[in-house]
Amino acid sequence: MTTVQAGLTYYKQVNEQIRAAQDSEITVENVIGQRYIGCGSTDRKITVHGTAGNGLGQYLNGSTIEVFGNAQEAVGDTMNAGEIVVHGSVGDACGYAMRGGKIYIKGDCGYRAGIHMKAYQQHFPVMVVGGKAGSFLGEYLAGGLILVLGIGQNGAYPVNNFCGTGMHGGKIVLRCDKAPTDLPRQVLVSEVSEDDMTEFAPYIKEYAQLFGADAENLLSQKYFVLTPNPEAGYKQLYTFEA
Amino acid sequence: MLQKEGQVRIPAGCAISGIFHKDGTRENGTRIIDSIRTMHDRSNGLGGGFAGYGIYPEYADYYAFHVFYDTQAAKEECEREIERHFDIVNLSKIPTRQHPRITDAPMIWRYFVTPLPTKLAASQLEEREFTSRFVIRINHTLNGAYIFSSGKNMGVFKANGFPEDVGEYYMLENYEAYSWTCHGRYPTNTPGWWGGAHPFALLDTTVVHNGEISSYDANRRFIEMFGYSCDLLTDTEVITYIIDYLGRKLGMTYSEIANVIAAPFWSTIEKQEPKERERLTYLRNAFASLMVTGPFSILVGYTGGLMALNDRLKLRSMVVGEKDDTVYIASEECAIRVIQPELDKLWAPKGGEPVIVNLKNGGNQ
Amino acid sequence: MAIDFLYPQYEVVRNNDRCINCRACERQCANEVHFWDADNNRMQADESKCVACHRCVALCPTRALKIVKTDHTFRENANWTGKAISEVYRQAGSGGVLLSSMGNPDPHPIYWDKILINASQVTNPSIDPLREPMETKTFLGKKPGKIERDENGNLVPNLAPQLELNLPIMFSAMSYGSISYNAHAALARAASALGTYYNTGEGGLHQDFYQYGPHTIVQVASGRFGVHKDYLEAGAAIEIKMGQGAKPGIGGHLPGLKVGPDISKTRMIPEGTDAISPAPHHDIYSIEDLRQLVYSLKEATEYKKPVMVKIAAVNNVAAVASGVARSGADIICIDGYRGGTGAAPTRIRDNVGIPIELALAAVDQRLRDEGIRDEVSVVVGGSIRNSADLLKAIALGADACYIGTAALLAMGCHLCRTCQTGKCNWGIATQRPELVKRLNPDIGSQRLINLLTAWDHELKEMMGGMGINSIEALRGNRLMLRGISLTDRELNILGIKHAGE
Repeated sequence: MTTVQAGLTYYKQVNEQIRAAQDSEITVENVIGQRYIGCGSTDRKITVHGTAGNGLGQYLNGSTIEVFGNAQEAVGDTMNAGEIVVHGSVGDACGYAMRGGKIYIKGDCGYRAGIHMKAYQQHFPVMVVGGKAGSFLGEYLAGGLILVLGIGQNGAYPVNNFCGTGMHGGKIVLRCDKAPTDLPRQVLVSEVSEDDMTEFAPYIKEYAQLFGADAENLLSQKYFVLTPNPEAGYKQLYTFEA
Repeated sequence: MLQKEGQVRIPAGCAISGIFHKDGTRENGTRIIDSIRTMHDRSNGLGGGFAGYGIYPEYADYYAFHVFYDTQAAKEECEREIERHFDIVNLSKIPTRQHPRITDAPMIWRYFVTPLPTKLAASQLEEREFTSRFVIRINHTLNGAYIFSSGKNMGVFKANGFPEDVGEYYMLENYEAYSWTCHGRYPTNTPGWWGGAHPFALLDTTVVHNGEISSYDANRRFIEMFGYSCDLLTDTEVITYIIDYLGRKLGMTYSEIANVIAAPFWSTIEKQEPKERERLTYLRNAFASLMVTGPFSILVGYTGGLMALNDRLKLRSMVVGEKDDTVYIASEECAIRVIQPELDKLWAPKGGEPVIVNLKNGGNQ
Repeated sequence: MAIDFLYPQYEVVRNNDRCINCRACERQCANEVHFWDADNNRMQADESKCVACHRCVALCPTRALKIVKTDHTFRENANWTGKAISEVYRQAGSGGVLLSSMGNPDPHPIYWDKILINASQVTNPSIDPLREPMETKTFLGKKPGKIERDENGNLVPNLAPQLELNLPIMFSAMSYGSISYNAHAALARAASALGTYYNTGEGGLHQDFYQYGPHTIVQVASGRFGVHKDYLEAGAAIEIKMGQGAKPGIGGHLPGLKVGPDISKTRMIPEGTDAISPAPHHDIYSIEDLRQLVYSLKEATEYKKPVMVKIAAVNNVAAVASGVARSGADIICIDGYRGGTGAAPTRIRDNVGIPIELALAAVDQRLRDEGIRDEVSVVVGGSIRNSADLLKAIALGADACYIGTAALLAMGCHLCRTCQTGKCNWGIATQRPELVKRLNPDIGSQRLINLLTAWDHELKEMMGGMGINSIEALRGNRLMLRGISLTDRELNILGIKHAGE
């Protein structure tokens, strides 16, 4: 295993060291906001201690990244495959345009998480947020799954505002006691039945295992699933120039 | 009303000549005047000038400012500015003699100066940069004052008129230089402003130039990004700044400078050995906007050396002659033969290939 | 409803003396204008469906067809023109947003046509490009601005990655989806043969076209369609699309209908799903975020490729460009308001943005004023219609030009401006296999090669006339231009003198 000391070293040098490492397992210590860690990488296992900088695992293509600490903006931006686990919270725009792989966040995510996530063939992106999410969660959602567990929210709706605006594919699953009411017209909401739960349970179990939560308790709670309404899509109504 | 240099761009044709003693021997201005006189018909009486190197050995460590003044007020203001930034160790009128064909002379003054240590330190600039910025600023902003020479142990002498008359006017027989360059101008449209004559100088770099370049505005708009101000709108001015920038500021050799401003054709570059190909491609690409096109032959004078360069298509004539340790370069062979009938060697350099001569062992001066 | 009835703008005129009832027109028209009238034993046309694309005219063996503008008219009104009236009817009937394609057709000033070019007389020789060397090879990318030497004093090549163009023209971004497979094949082959580049647009890169990677610019836009590691590595450069001249500030929408099996693969989205490009990049809400995206792409490709940033020409384009230049971009692409599009809201297309001539002049001057012109190359498009436009753009300060519409025209586009229908009879802006196959990629690429070769010749001819034998010496050489019929203000923005000055 290779260990890289980040400290106050500029990200370019840190990432050069990570790329140059012979080992597939790399630990990066004392990270203080270094950007793009693991960016575009394929078969690495990178452990980050500290505060991961913007663009953590951007374009990730199969590597695993585990962060002990928080991560900043644009975690897993345009990620294709792999797994990012954050033992903390993440900033804004997490999982933007993510096509595949999984992101597990122990705590909260900022604004605009999971915007324009999409699925394709074997690619199916999943983002699991333990706490709560900022506004515009899953805006333009085109595929994949966003799961917000609302831990510590006492059953309250765990998203700020404007959840799922422009959603035209995929699913958003929220743990809360009552169905959210201020959702856009184009989003359908329904309570997750026991049958449906089998689809989501593996991710909840994995979350519990990763972060030491009580899986049984989480699984026994009430969840709502948001899906796009095919009858009321976001299609702009057009008329053509003669 | 006719517009002078700086108000309108004036294309010009010309004659050039240069003498360089590699052993540092100094000669007075008589022969360089005789040389340029031979090419009288290449000029039209609207500008002539000379640059001599090694002429002020007693003030070798001081910048010699040669300045034209249109008015007494401009002189006073300029002198105030010089005094604010420099220590003036000597000042005087530049001696001239009455000449029937040189008229309407401005006041012509000379100052030997050195930057005030406190000002220089406060500017956080290297001494030459400090001085060049001062010169550019005065010429750009002070109406009626024009510093036309600003190097150490060298000087430019120029005026409106035929170059041989200009040489007599400035009494160049009284100056001794190891390197002389000279220029007779044939502008197409000018009232004949003294500042517009060649050589054009910044610090110790002087340029005399024959031909009208077609890349002018591309070069000008680029070089002005680096603190230069092309106030005269002449080719020579922009070429001088390019050479100053590449040489003094970026640290290129004169041969590298030649590879930038007269970069070989891509087809020529392709034919080189890989290393040379890479070097030439790099210089041409990295400094693309400083390539100069159109006809030109130039003589670049600098402390201890002289470079002659033709455009890469060789659209202007230029010959080089050698006799012992002396090198002669001129637009026409006759201008060399008239002062040195016997030559060891005479050749016409290829387009884009610089001829660079330097003092041997720094000369004996 | 009767008020919504609009008389067709174009009429199909059939010379029945010439018509041999071969029904070629009927087979050629995807808009189903022509049909066989069995009762009367002759061909008929429903001109309400005609888009004036000329496919039937071009293929009629007896030249029996022509399309004419109708002389049917509303009462004349300079304010409420027929177009203005029709648009109200159309929107009142449908409640829809007016949608159209290609560039702004309105009669605004075309500054290219008000700029004249210099030539040498006497004081400087003109050069004959047929006999003497004349160079238009162009490098795009950041210049170092300083030299470095190794311990032996030799120059160290300290240039950032560059794009090398044999001629200063590239094909601008047009996605697979907005145009057909065959159109992409033609562009890719032509770019390779010419030694220049084409651009994937935001449609991903078809597996078949990875072979043209060294001549491909791969685009990263807000929807990130088809963006993954291999894609980024496939291209010679990566272009971040921030905006498009035809629709600044607007995203895109490829309807699920057009997302067939092949397009689904290149965009990496399921078949039949809508491909929506958000208006902004949601990881860029400020200039420092652009820097973040630029460097993420450089990190992902290990600093081996230039990163380009494409912006639309809008009011404060000079300031934006300055910010972009300082964000690590190697090349800035500016798209003027006449640039084409596969579909844009008409009001946006016709009212948002500024002319590329003014934008270019302002950007180039601004970058020079700030001393950073050499930090980036500047590429302009939207719209460059011929080699004179190209030359004027370079003299104003561009390093190279992008052409989109001109390239489509070369392949057969007749500018009927109905790309959004997906029924392009020329096989370009369509995904219907029977239409796509009408465009032969071999012929298409040859025509593109012909066009650019001809422009390059003309460019050289004009350069020779002004005594310039290398494109470097033309770049930003505004003294080579003069304005005609322009106000002082316009001349000032363009940074050129008036003819006669």
